[in-house]
Amino acid sequence: MTLTRPYVRAAGPVFRVSEGAAQSLEPSGPNRMIINMGPQHPSTHGVLRLLLELDGETVVRCKPIIGYLHTGMEKTGETLTYLQGPTNVTRMDYAAPLFTELAFSLATESLLSLELPARARWIRMLVCEINRISSHLLFQATNGMDIGAVSMMLYGWREREETLRLLEKITGLRMNHNYIRPGGVAADLPDGWRDDTLVLMETISHRIEEYDDLLTGQPIWRERLEGVGVITAEECLALGVTGPILRSTGYSWDLRRHVPYLDYDQLELNVICGRYGDCFDRYAIRLNEIRESISLVRQILDRMPSGDYRVQDKKVTPPPRGRIDESMEALIHHFKIFTEGFKVPPGEVYAAVESPRGELGCYLVSDGGPKPLRMHIRAPSFWNLQTLPYMMEGRLIADAVAIISSVDPIMGEVDR
Amino acid sequence: MIAELEDSSGQAGEATAYGVPAVLDAARALVLHLRPSELTGVAKGLVSDGYLMCLDVCGVDYLAAATRPEIPPGVKPERFEVTYVFLSHSNRRRLRLRVQVPDGDATLPSLFDLFPGTEAAEREVYDLFGISFDGHPDPTRILMPEEWEGHPLRKDYGVGTVPVRFKAVPDVR
Repeated sequence: MTLTRPYVRAAGPVFRVSEGAAQSLEPSGPNRMIINMGPQHPSTHGVLRLLLELDGETVVRCKPIIGYLHTGMEKTGETLTYLQGPTNVTRMDYAAPLFTELAFSLATESLLSLELPARARWIRMLVCEINRISSHLLFQATNGMDIGAVSMMLYGWREREETLRLLEKITGLRMNHNYIRPGGVAADLPDGWRDDTLVLMETISHRIEEYDDLLTGQPIWRERLEGVGVITAEECLALGVTGPILRSTGYSWDLRRHVPYLDYDQLELNVICGRYGDCFDRYAIRLNEIRESISLVRQILDRMPSGDYRVQDKKVTPPPRGRIDESMEALIHHFKIFTEGFKVPPGEVYAAVESPRGELGCYLVSDGGPKPLRMHIRAPSFWNLQTLPYMMEGRLIADAVAIISSVDPIMGEVDR
Repeated sequence: MIAELEDSSGQAGEATAYGVPAVLDAARALVLHLRPSELTGVAKGLVSDGYLMCLDVCGVDYLAAATRPEIPPGVKPERFEVTYVFLSHSNRRRLRLRVQVPDGDATLPSLFDLFPGTEAAEREVYDLFGISFDGHPDPTRILMPEEWEGHPLRKDYGVGTVPVRFKAVPDVR
């Protein structure tokens, strides 16, 4: 493994200075300037703050400063039972909440050695792929806004709202669904889900062609993105970067294909790869991943199995609502599961899924009680943000906005 | 080596890899147990074996844990544990290191030189658990404010709930 840029401590593109010291720091040259960008900057996607050292208009060094959205969700996770856990973790990556729920549920099920019914696995794949579409549409919208293609923002938002409407119909909530739970999913698919999904996939695949016409060949769009924010596969591997950023360098790695979970090994899936590792590749990969997800959803529609949508294990599954009215035992059972929770055998496990931003992992430690001893989410955005100094080095400050946008960080997940 | 471990499943604690005790977890991933002094050597071995990516660094505080996840005999359990997750793309396997970190001397060697991406994750473990990393280029807090006192994910750090009041709070205006 050879690195194109040395990871030296003192010099290099990472501006390692504490916030306190930065206030009284003298610039290191005549044209040098230290400026602060964010955390309320509209292009920083929430509350990302950047400390930039500039030479004229060129970025020399940069340090992402995070923590403005830190709410201690991992600490909260230790006070919630395994059934309450998804309510908490779903609020981390608010653009793709179902993936965090999925990682948490897979980890819990692994500790419990639960085997899920086929329909539960396929419903999970269905809602996750719809969620991936909505997350990438959100990227197209915000990326368009950051580059200056404001009409793209309106279109992206419009289509995202339509996918969220379908998710609302399936899960009951527009965002923060708490739909994927340990043991299966919260409810079966509603009446008419198949027709709604087909209509939505038809609409989106049509609109994707419009985005392609609007943006991909447009000279201004290409000028702003091509060759900007270049990163190599070696740097991605060294920095622990996954997802579309890693794939934009031409490195084919998608957990759905290479380390399949659920039933992804039964689906036809193409891994979308770029070549140059620049902002344009990352835009094109996400656009084409929407197409790929549409194809996956159509395959899932054709092959959705029938059966239970959650595991019929009385230890983790509450009794059906109708039984509670007629059986005292069912009422006690229901009450016990929702107040005390269920006990999980001692152990520790790491489960990972391919979220729209990369490898999203959940590390869970159980001490045998009804609440996890430690619940840690490996947030892909947290690691991906470390590429910013390397991508921005030597670029103009106007490119910094395009670069942040192409990393697609979700600060709720970064800060947890 | 993993095939050998799968053959000898059920005899946890007798197998070794990279000179340290190794077991397979429920998801068939290799888990190595080590002391802080062995970390750098094992990590170097992992790089040369194709584990090119460090995916996760995560601290755990076992203070007052009812039961601990199984540790092979010969490994002394300590209060803290730091878990590293590595990924090998070529043989599509993950591998976990569980490093026992004593309470009195909560220090680990930093893996920054081998895996530069661990920089932020090690800062997070320092911030939330107070475990320091020797040789880290920027040993500062990352999620909490710089002037914060204490390390929130330690078990002796309170959750900080607001007491529920059952009577109406008097109007301050």
